[in-house]
Amino acid sequence: MTTPLPPPKKKDPVARTRMPAQPPGNRSREAQGLTAMAAVGRFALQTCADCGQVQYPPRQICGQCLGDDLPWRDVDPSGSLIAETKLHHANDLFFRDRVPWRLGVVGMDAGPSVVAHLAEDCRQGDRVKLSLNLDRGGHAVMNARPETPGPNQMDDMQLRELSMDPKDRRVLIVNGKTELALALAQGFKAAGAREIFVGHAEPWKASASLEAIRGMAGVTLFPLDVTDTDSVGELAAVLGGKVEILINNSYHLRPGGAVDRMDMNVSREEMDIHYFGLLRLAGTFGPAMRGRGADGEHGACAWVNVLSAYAQVNNPAFGTYSASQAAARSLAQCLRAEMAPGGVRVVNAYVGPLDDEWHQMVPPPKLGPDTVAGRIIKALQQGHEDLAIGAVAEEIAERLAENPKEIEREIKL
Amino acid sequence: MSDATDGGLLSQLLGGITGGGIRVVDLTMTLQPDVPTIVMPPEFGQSWPFRMEEISKYDHRGPFCYWNNLSCGEHTGTHFDAPIHWVSGKDLPENATDTIPVEKFLAHACVIDCSAQADADPDFLLTQDMIETWEDEHGKIPARSWLLMRTDWSLKTDPVAYMNMAADGAHTPGPHEDLIPWLIEDRDVIGFGCEAVGTDAGQAGHFNMPYPCHYHMHGNNRFGLPALTNLDALPPQGAVLITPPLKIRQGSGSPTRVLALVES
Repeated sequence: MTTPLPPPKKKDPVARTRMPAQPPGNRSREAQGLTAMAAVGRFALQTCADCGQVQYPPRQICGQCLGDDLPWRDVDPSGSLIAETKLHHANDLFFRDRVPWRLGVVGMDAGPSVVAHLAEDCRQGDRVKLSLNLDRGGHAVMNARPETPGPNQMDDMQLRELSMDPKDRRVLIVNGKTELALALAQGFKAAGAREIFVGHAEPWKASASLEAIRGMAGVTLFPLDVTDTDSVGELAAVLGGKVEILINNSYHLRPGGAVDRMDMNVSREEMDIHYFGLLRLAGTFGPAMRGRGADGEHGACAWVNVLSAYAQVNNPAFGTYSASQAAARSLAQCLRAEMAPGGVRVVNAYVGPLDDEWHQMVPPPKLGPDTVAGRIIKALQQGHEDLAIGAVAEEIAERLAENPKEIEREIKL
Repeated sequence: MSDATDGGLLSQLLGGITGGGIRVVDLTMTLQPDVPTIVMPPEFGQSWPFRMEEISKYDHRGPFCYWNNLSCGEHTGTHFDAPIHWVSGKDLPENATDTIPVEKFLAHACVIDCSAQADADPDFLLTQDMIETWEDEHGKIPARSWLLMRTDWSLKTDPVAYMNMAADGAHTPGPHEDLIPWLIEDRDVIGFGCEAVGTDAGQAGHFNMPYPCHYHMHGNNRFGLPALTNLDALPPQGAVLITPPLKIRQGSGSPTRVLALVES
């Protein structure tokens, strides 16, 4: 059985915070294929198009037939634990801080035998389920867990290093005035978050969602306007050392494109909220969170950007909005690289059209807030980095991978 | 000819300001990011709030100086409304911040105290009857005076209380729609000033003539002066207001440092 997670303690003000060391990070170009799969939660390996051999670790050519057509295909993650061991000493700084560390060799039903990080409750001979997870440095590693999950499985310390489980962590939801914010607050509470902080701007404009959040226990509201540099800086000074998961759900959608609706003010507001807002948050909350990436079992772990699926390909019906989302997405990639040394993962959630007042004329399928919040929290628990939420976002991701020109011409979603 | 040093008119004025006899009262709220701007329906264009980005502060960005870049809408904080602001004043001569004759930026002010009524009813509307009663006590409003409506609304430092928004719009005091034409035709005021975020009452969008203060004042080349403070420091009659907006090309208004000269 997995040892239950110890409850979070108040920080010792005179103890030196553990520095965020990185796990070994060198990967070949081929091995980054694993990273792509881990980022979206797939379990896929190179599978030879000529002889069908499933290959691990990834290489340039097939180890059996020397074929070089090695597409990534989803494979059966099941296997048996052939051998287990416990690492008691490591020269690598990351593992040195975390020993003992369990490792095992898994004989996969799909063929290869792989070295994997091993959950506490796996024993030699057990049936196990593998997953590809991103480690604290953002690189894919193999991870083995019991086929049938035992109690407290999510509390496994090794798994917690690979996931961003909200349990016992403190969460900041940036914009409390949307239905998604309420669903997120409720979801994080159900997922065991230690405290939930919720920001809100322009208090003179009423919001039913914010009022519902205000009534929740364990939730504290703070003034936060991402268009105001001072406001963001002031809140970071208060909460920067506490926030372990930041959810940037800033949202300002106004329909219209460049030719059919030339409006500098609207376009500037979109950029101010989506792009400059992220920049202000990054510059103020980023340093504090990065410094606490290895602060015990409950250290800072995730920065979630709720982005539109149109960040990846412009939907001209929401043309300038899409452009501002693309700018935010690019900045999120910068943030991802800058947060990586702290072991804090930047998660981009690409969301399809929401069922809200700004999508009145968009036909279904449209997403409800509970679906979006649920997917975000699940992605944190499972350690994903990029997620497409809803049929529209999923289709955009698929069609972009297939033929970006096709979707650019035909986007009518 | 006399000048400011030889006992002439300007000399007397300066003497009063520096030596006593004339108080200078600041009627301006401080521009800061949480100053609310008027709320429009979300599908309409929105006024930018006041924002400030540091250029440098004696640091690597500029070791010798502290300065900021600013952004805001023309109608932010204590501000001057020019006639071109409203559709009724769009074709009038000398109707924008850069073309209004500068002598109009100095004018006498009448202050009517409505603070008790506004405290009792946030939707309080100032009427002609009330002004005539006030005139019985303090004298007739002289031509080309500002009419300033004191409500003590500016004492509400919480933006939520100041804006007082509900699902049917804002609830803040202002002038009755029948008052404005009378103020223009019978009293020839230069404009209307108040403490709330706009010169019209919060519910004025629902009046028979929506936004009557804006419509009639600007349609008759008169001005507006909303979001004033410290009106309680002014006498009912006798103060002189200094209200020059920034000289913005075809500006519809601008944040303004409004000062009052008061004989003490």
